[in-house]
Amino acid sequence: MLFRTQGRKSKKIIENYHRQQLTEGLFQKCEACNQIVYTEDVIEKKHVCPNCGHYFRVTPMERLGMVLDSGSFEEWDKDLKTKNPLDFPEYEKKIARMQQNTGLSEAVVTGKGKIGGIETAIGVMSANFMMGSMGMIVGEKITRMVERATQKGLPVILFCCSGGARMQEGMMSLMQMAKTSQALKHHSDTGQLYISVLTDPTTGGVTASFAMLGDLILAEPKALIGFAGPRVIEQTIHQKLPEGFQSAEFLLEHGMIDKIVSRKKMRKVLYFLLQSSGYHANGKGEEKNG
Amino acid sequence: MTESMEVEKDELKKRTLTAWEKVQIARDNDRAYTQDYINHIFDQFMKLHGDRLFRDDGSIVGGIASVDGQFVTVIGQQKGRNLKENEKRNFGMPYPEGYRKALRLMKQAEKFNRPIICFIDTPGAYCGMDAEERGQGEAIARNLYEMAGIKVPILSIVIGEGGSGGALALGVANEVWMLENATYSILSPEGFASILWKDSKRAGEAAECMKITAHELKELGIVEQVINEEEPITNINCQGVCDCLREKIIDFLKKYRGKTKEEIVEERYQRFRKY
Repeated sequence: MLFRTQGRKSKKIIENYHRQQLTEGLFQKCEACNQIVYTEDVIEKKHVCPNCGHYFRVTPMERLGMVLDSGSFEEWDKDLKTKNPLDFPEYEKKIARMQQNTGLSEAVVTGKGKIGGIETAIGVMSANFMMGSMGMIVGEKITRMVERATQKGLPVILFCCSGGARMQEGMMSLMQMAKTSQALKHHSDTGQLYISVLTDPTTGGVTASFAMLGDLILAEPKALIGFAGPRVIEQTIHQKLPEGFQSAEFLLEHGMIDKIVSRKKMRKVLYFLLQSSGYHANGKGEEKNG
Repeated sequence: MTESMEVEKDELKKRTLTAWEKVQIARDNDRAYTQDYINHIFDQFMKLHGDRLFRDDGSIVGGIASVDGQFVTVIGQQKGRNLKENEKRNFGMPYPEGYRKALRLMKQAEKFNRPIICFIDTPGAYCGMDAEERGQGEAIARNLYEMAGIKVPILSIVIGEGGSGGALALGVANEVWMLENATYSILSPEGFASILWKDSKRAGEAAECMKITAHELKELGIVEQVINEEEPITNINCQGVCDCLREKIIDFLKKYRGKTKEEIVEERYQRFRKY
């Protein structure tokens, strides 16, 4: 009896040790292949598992670090305060907890930065903040970013990652789909470029608004992209979905996106697309304006 | 309809309805549908079909109508009253081709300077494999985006269920009105309860807190007008409400006749910018 408890105890100590190691960040476990891998290797491979090639979800700051010229990012509208239009119980507390856990103020980071010297507005959504769901602040930050880009004549790059609308904000959340889409329409009407990059997962109200409105739509390999979530579809049609349904590869095959781009090549691809759409290190080219 | 339901309906008239009761009324099989409104409000109507890309989606009807001597384009989700009708109508749940047909008709209306009137009545956009394959998300997104730029006035009226993005895809309008017993929501109360509380049986409770009724949404600034229903409106008793709507629509058209294209687009932009 004594032995067993001790055995359990020591097992727990070992577990705790491993957990500590993981949180300290020396190692991490790949959720796809279950291998313990060196964090340093993971970072070097742009947050891709060195063992199986699985794409880890990344924070907005890590994402910006991977695509922008170092030190070029200037954040916009960091401190907009989340509202509670339905007076939904415990919602403010949940937001505060999320802010504490992620160090983010909401589920999207927006601002401007440079890629190979070319200035661009850029937004990155975060799956860690309430599944990247779109409420009023997410919609407002994206809208302000797009409007500012329209005024300044900048392209927009948006890394989408979201479970859809923020349920706790009810209809005010739904209205963000219209608000962001119309801002993009104005941006496009002034001849500016919008690139949306779909990352795992992009679903619901985000897919049914700005995610699918890019002049160019890129996606990361194997990202789940769809309007309805897989479970909802299975419940609707009463059958199992085939393997790979709603993957980036599936969307490419069905003509819904332009290109699947690996993390390693993302910065280069974005640079090429900006440059080929008439943007240069010193602003937008004459040929496009004239 | 069974007799007990009749009795229940009479009781409902006498007191203020709960949000969950309104959900039931909005979904009722006897509720007046888009085609009923078209028949009672407009002097003429010619139905037009197809998205020119894939097929004609029966869950969205659309065409050219006239009211008080003015031509308009009318589009709306159409439910079926029985299983046979719903083979064609898909319970008012559009496929991507339905939204693309709607957009085609809106662009056509813009070209020939006809105001657009949309009737919203859908549980939501269809969530099936084929809908996903043909880009349900893209179809809805495209409508939101293009409606933002349409240079003729758009009026959307939520007559039954306003189910999420599938409803909004006909709802980027200069004004949005709602029938008193209609609902407009981010998701069905069942879905909401299932996501947030892992229990779809708490749908009634969800309906109360989601702010999905016409009066609550007027307070939130989501709709401009609530259209009074003396009693829950059905395909049999809808004449009165339709007469009232006809007058209001004529007023709406008069009000927008004096506005420039730029004003119409800008006012719509500001309407949605405020959220």
